[in-house]
Amino acid sequence: MRELSLHILDIAQNSIESGARNIEILIDEDESSDVLTIVIADDGKGIPPEILKSITDPFVTTRKTRRVGLGIPLFQEAARMAGGDLEVRSTVGEGTEVIAEFKLSSIDRAPLGDMAETMALLMVLNPDVNFRYEHTRGYAKFVCSTDALVEMLGDTPIWSPSAVPVIRSIIREGLRNVQAS
Amino acid sequence: MKTVDDLERIRKQAKAMTRLRESAETTKIVVAMGTCGIAAGARETLSAIMDELARRNLQDVIVTQTGCIGLCEQEPIIAVMIPGREKVSYGRVSPEKARQIVASHVVNGQVVGEWVIPTG
Repeated sequence: MRELSLHILDIAQNSIESGARNIEILIDEDESSDVLTIVIADDGKGIPPEILKSITDPFVTTRKTRRVGLGIPLFQEAARMAGGDLEVRSTVGEGTEVIAEFKLSSIDRAPLGDMAETMALLMVLNPDVNFRYEHTRGYAKFVCSTDALVEMLGDTPIWSPSAVPVIRSIIREGLRNVQAS
Repeated sequence: MKTVDDLERIRKQAKAMTRLRESAETTKIVVAMGTCGIAAGARETLSAIMDELARRNLQDVIVTQTGCIGLCEQEPIIAVMIPGREKVSYGRVSPEKARQIVASHVVNGQVVGEWVIPTG
């Protein structure tokens, strides 16, 4: 995938399918340590230990439609290409956390891409899930959540197609303010 | 802090949404958003659909997502479900094709035959 924001969209789909009510997406661009950290955390049903230990193996999947599970291995490959790695922590009944680290300045690091689009579509298509997105760069931080956006949208329901451009522009402006890459 | 009016508004929205989502009378567009779909451009296809629905003010069309349906080579895949009619799946749906499918199939009821794919 060309953009890390597409990997994030993909991993968040796993969280949605796991029945999560709350999904948190954290991005931290730390120039002092030259590390980009991406965390996707959910309170879904969790992954049993026997599947978790081979989660980064593309030939392991619980899906029946295709025998290869590519989401996590592809994201891990993107992290490793850029001098980082990926880890999945999960507890059955509590939730799952996917943590990916990249060397921020690596020329092999895929661009973050359009996070505003990824978040706007996730929030509008999944109005029953409370999303929280936090983007930190140095001392600057932008936070938005489904709850806060429902209020900002006023009479426009969050599940309405016309909510997409509003949310997209709120997030774009927020990311500009923290000078996100 | 939310006021009582805010809560009432949110409650009404949620009720209206539940009614639409659960109703067999509502036209639905389903976008496959598995890894294969996203890698093939499903996000851009989905954005185009949402934009077209907003532009045409089609408030009663519900867009939902599904995972991989086992036809990865045909991604991005979308399905249009109009009440009382058979579900129609389309393959290799670019943003431009998606806009045409909304205009032709969703709005005017005309299936775009050349892009239809057989699904089980």
